[in-house]
Amino acid sequence: MKSTVTSLLLAGLIIVVNSQLAVTQTSGLQLPKSVEAGAAFSIQTTGSGNATLYIVGLGQVLRREVQLGQTISFAAGDLHNAGHYLVLVVAGSSTDNGAFDVTAAPQPSTLSFLAKPSRVPVDLRDGISGVVYVFDTFQNLILQPTQASFQLSGVAGAPQARTMLTRNGVAWTKMNSASKEGAAQFVARVGSVSDTRVITQVPGDPCSLRMNARPSGQKLVLETDPVRDCGGNAVPDGTIVTFTETYNGDEATVDVPIKRGIARTEMPAYKGATISVATGVVMGNEIHWGGGQ
Amino acid sequence: MKNARRISSTVRPLVMACSLLIALSVQGSDQPAVHVAPTDSVGPRVLEKQTEEAVVRDYLQAWRLLSSALEENRADLLDPDFVGTAKEKLVDTVREQEKLGLQTRYQDSAHDLQLVFYSPEGLSVQLIDTVTYDVQIMDHEKVQTTQHVRARYVAVLTPTEVRWKVRVFQAEPE
Repeated sequence: MKSTVTSLLLAGLIIVVNSQLAVTQTSGLQLPKSVEAGAAFSIQTTGSGNATLYIVGLGQVLRREVQLGQTISFAAGDLHNAGHYLVLVVAGSSTDNGAFDVTAAPQPSTLSFLAKPSRVPVDLRDGISGVVYVFDTFQNLILQPTQASFQLSGVAGAPQARTMLTRNGVAWTKMNSASKEGAAQFVARVGSVSDTRVITQVPGDPCSLRMNARPSGQKLVLETDPVRDCGGNAVPDGTIVTFTETYNGDEATVDVPIKRGIARTEMPAYKGATISVATGVVMGNEIHWGGGQ
Repeated sequence: MKNARRISSTVRPLVMACSLLIALSVQGSDQPAVHVAPTDSVGPRVLEKQTEEAVVRDYLQAWRLLSSALEENRADLLDPDFVGTAKEKLVDTVREQEKLGLQTRYQDSAHDLQLVFYSPEGLSVQLIDTVTYDVQIMDHEKVQTTQHVRARYVAVLTPTEVRWKVRVFQAEPE
């Protein structure tokens, strides 16, 4: 009886020792705290025997059959997506786990540069905005503050430049449009990487509008002077000019697009009629037709 | 007998109402707790309340979809809420999982959201989310572990025709 109890106690002790050994075989996983995206790294395991290693994150998953007690090496590029990764080592019924972060590589590789609008009226304060997101070669957003610069250079005036640090991977600016129409180069630069957008600066609203009239048979030929904005830039062809003729309480309206800088139309030549002209919110002069005076 | 019928007709709506409440509370228990920090200082563009609500709604929906996609290894589930690099990376993860016979179950339990940037032209919103979730890792349908995780995510969302989609989605060290 005594020997049976001793045998049972001994067997129990062996089971306990074995299970403790199983736990300690995979404990002591040595992980890097963080790894740069795409860099080589290693994980040190302890114990002995075969195991399966998992590295699991939203950006990537890896699984490897490993020998415990060895250093498991990962080559450059094996883990390239920034994020938080769980590490799990499973050996039979025992597991060991940890976690580490993969951070974006510090060298910028690509920029996501959004410049708006692509067409902007001249002389508009803060009329152009630029936003740049900075990515490494693996398309990870570089969250460390990085110096970013913007430059807007056009056909007239000195270039405008701004420099700032990115915050959470993004930098932004606002620029004024130039006083003269034409294409402007809007450049975002981070380190040696740059991206360019072309902003077309177009004339603003017409500044003044003037027309003249001359008879042509039973009609009046109405024609504007060249329509310009306040900076002297010709208003683009296609801009609508509205001629309105009022006679005896009746009103007739003609919308005419500007062609080659001027708007031109014909209306009935009623003696005593009043003719006005407008484009957008700008009113032009009025003509009271007196029959040729 | 008449009384019993009257009681039954009175009790039935109550029972139905209770069942509905229980169903709602069971459904509600799966919903993560969400806290959104005040957005008064978000800029440079003014963030309207409706925009803020839409961004938060669509971002949380994106978490639900990525969870389903990674659990079922179905990349197509990502389509409604992800775009650009965020989508490409998650699709790659789903394919890697499928190839390795792995599945992961992400169950988010809390989001602490801070909207930090709304671009001047209104075409991107950036938020930081301190999120708490459980991850269950399954290898050939065998659960290997369930880990409780707290992590900080940076997300950039861009508007599409009907919703905000996640374009950048990346955890950063806390």
